[in-house]
Amino acid sequence: MTATTLGAEQVGAGGGRNLEAGGPRKPRGNRATEPGRSLGWKLGVVAIVAYAMFPVLWILSLSLKSDATIADGKLIPREITGQNYRDIFTSGEFVRPLINSIGISLITTLIAVVIAAFAAYAIARLDFPGKGLLLSGALAIAMFPPVSIIGPLFDMWRVTGLYDTWPGLILPYLTFALPLAIWTLAAFFREIPFDLEQAAQVDGATPYQAFRKVILPLALPGVFTSAIIVFIFCWNDFLFSISLTSTQNARTVPAATAFFTASSNFVNPTGQIAAAAIVVTVPIIIMVLVFQRRIVAGLTAGAVKG
Amino acid sequence: MSSITMRGITKRYADGTEAVSNVDMDIADGEFVILVGPSGCGKSTLLRMIVGLEDISEGEMKIGDEVVNDRAPKDRDLAMVFQNYALYPHLSVRENMAFPLRLAKVPDAEVTSRVEEAAKVLELTENLDRKPANLSGGQRQRVAMGRAIVRDPKAFLFDEPLSNLDANLRVQMRTEIARIQKKYGTTTVYVTHDQTEAMTLADRVAVLRKGVVQQVDSPRNLYNSPANLFVAGFIGSPSMNLVPGRLSGSRLELPFGTMDLPDEVAQRLAGGSGGAQAGERQVIVGIRPEHFEDASLVGDTSHGMTFTNRVDSIEWLGSELYAYLPYTGAEAIAQQLGQLAGDLDMEQSSGDESQLVTRLDAASRVEEGKQAELWLDARRIHLFDPETGEALARPPVV
Ligand SMILES: Nc1ncnc2c1ncn2[C@@H]1O[C@H](COP(=O)(O)OP(=O)(O)OP(=O)(O)O)[C@@H](O)[C@H]1O
Ligand SMILES: [Mg+2]
Repeated sequence: MTATTLGAEQVGAGGGRNLEAGGPRKPRGNRATEPGRSLGWKLGVVAIVAYAMFPVLWILSLSLKSDATIADGKLIPREITGQNYRDIFTSGEFVRPLINSIGISLITTLIAVVIAAFAAYAIARLDFPGKGLLLSGALAIAMFPPVSIIGPLFDMWRVTGLYDTWPGLILPYLTFALPLAIWTLAAFFREIPFDLEQAAQVDGATPYQAFRKVILPLALPGVFTSAIIVFIFCWNDFLFSISLTSTQNARTVPAATAFFTASSNFVNPTGQIAAAAIVVTVPIIIMVLVFQRRIVAGLTAGAVKG
Repeated sequence: MSSITMRGITKRYADGTEAVSNVDMDIADGEFVILVGPSGCGKSTLLRMIVGLEDISEGEMKIGDEVVNDRAPKDRDLAMVFQNYALYPHLSVRENMAFPLRLAKVPDAEVTSRVEEAAKVLELTENLDRKPANLSGGQRQRVAMGRAIVRDPKAFLFDEPLSNLDANLRVQMRTEIARIQKKYGTTTVYVTHDQTEAMTLADRVAVLRKGVVQQVDSPRNLYNSPANLFVAGFIGSPSMNLVPGRLSGSRLELPFGTMDLPDEVAQRLAGGSGGAQAGERQVIVGIRPEHFEDASLVGDTSHGMTFTNRVDSIEWLGSELYAYLPYTGAEAIAQQLGQLAGDLDMEQSSGDESQLVTRLDAASRVEEGKQAELWLDARRIHLFDPETGEALARPPVV
């Protein structure tokens, strides 16, 4: 989940623990008041974050350099230019893939979350034959290496006319995104006391009203979480996009950057690729920042006396 | 408001458990009926069948004049208060209480006035805009009640509404519930396994054991005239002493003495279970602790038995005194009592000495470890058939 930000924190915490193990020998006591250890901990966090952020910073730097200085090997650009950004937004090689990326990812997310919400709800609430099989099947699909189905999919899509279309990407994305979403959402639904729904029914709600007015609002953090997971999965995909598209018709940004052409045939479009990479990273960062609060569960506190 | 009628109500779960068996009950309009029984006896199941959250396997459930077996909960117009309150955490107290009204498409102005009135009754006015998470246990309980009363439903159903509260609050809310039920006069079915709640609140109490109704009666009748051993053992705290007895004619032989049954009891015995009692027979004798007394404090000892026994220990409580008396001979009914204890979730006295619990006047001078002369009121004893557990000669209501 949200590998970009949370990853750094988790790694940071791990680093702190390592320092503790190998740090100077001190009597075990109150950690918070030990200046040495807390300083070490901070240094560790800084080191790990720097390590994780360096490639991102490098790409940011590249995207701001001019073609002449692109290979100078300096992190801080000598002069900052917005030329690369201007180029990608005017060349047409980037704008159309960006639209494809946004459209395909949003549609997939919407469909996946809606279907998964109903499926997960049934899984969390009902006991039906084959439930275990369904869940393990879903997990198996999510674990399946996508590369092994690319070949057959390519042939099938050519025949059915799905090749190089939006549905042609949305379908395989759904296949992998749905199990993820179902698992996440089922976990959230299970947290919601069944009594709430029954209370709603006694209060006069139809099963659907109970779902929409009580269960869904409470599962909202789960819905956001799974939506973000699915969106990031689609947004980051390179494999399907490069294999199942041939033109700008459906090609998404990760694949499209590989086809960037520079202003002259003799230079690599490195600066533009870097600018494109930065542009596609921004929505993810914004999304995670905006929804961070909502992702944090705890909305159900107070439903039942605990 | 409505009556509730049950005919042959049975619940069989998918795994074959028969949680409720063949229950017949008539709950009158405006009546307050309490279902009690040990854990797992089917109280919640029965309540949930009334409200429609559980399918009825067999039998007929009527609310008012309508058979509701196949109606969804939302079409039964009942209000339920859950054990854990089941408040909607994402809604304010106001919206929690308004929830059923909004579903019923009641106009906004009326919703506001009804919610505010209920809030006033329940003293929740200041908390209307808070979320359930920020309320105390008692306040949450009141919100759950509020959600029930705003609707003016046909009946209130409560499933152990007070069991999550601490002792003080429980007493307070108990009074509150009684007050509200009186105010609205709504038919109420209330589940609890706290017999104090049952005795203080109910018009009538239904005692359940393993899904079977044992007795439905007023608290007073239940206490004074239990229909069988189970009810006798369940109702009353400390519970009734159950001792073996041998009956020959009107003579009753107890482990600690022999007595003549008073004429009234002998007559009831003769009339109640089909005439002459030939020869000797084994019975189980039930005696409530308060029907013992220090013999020196009783003026007229004629209608009872005076006996001498050692006192094991005493507990002096100021207003009364409990004396514990050992006696032997309970093996005769050990098997029945063992089973009963199992059903009632009680621990059974082990070893071959049993203990008689007696409640005496606080002025009594009985001493620990010494012999004491006690008197037992023969008019108030209960006799039970050791085989069936049925009461043999039920004393009249006092
Ligand atoms: N869904 C179910 N499937 C099978 N058996 C069940 C189910 N629900 C309850 N039971 C069984 O039915 C019996 C009655 O359960 P119920 O919940 O009505 O008891 P209760 O009287 O409310 O007990 P408590 O005082 O503990 O709440 C129990 O033996 C229980 O194990
Ligand atoms: Mg129960």
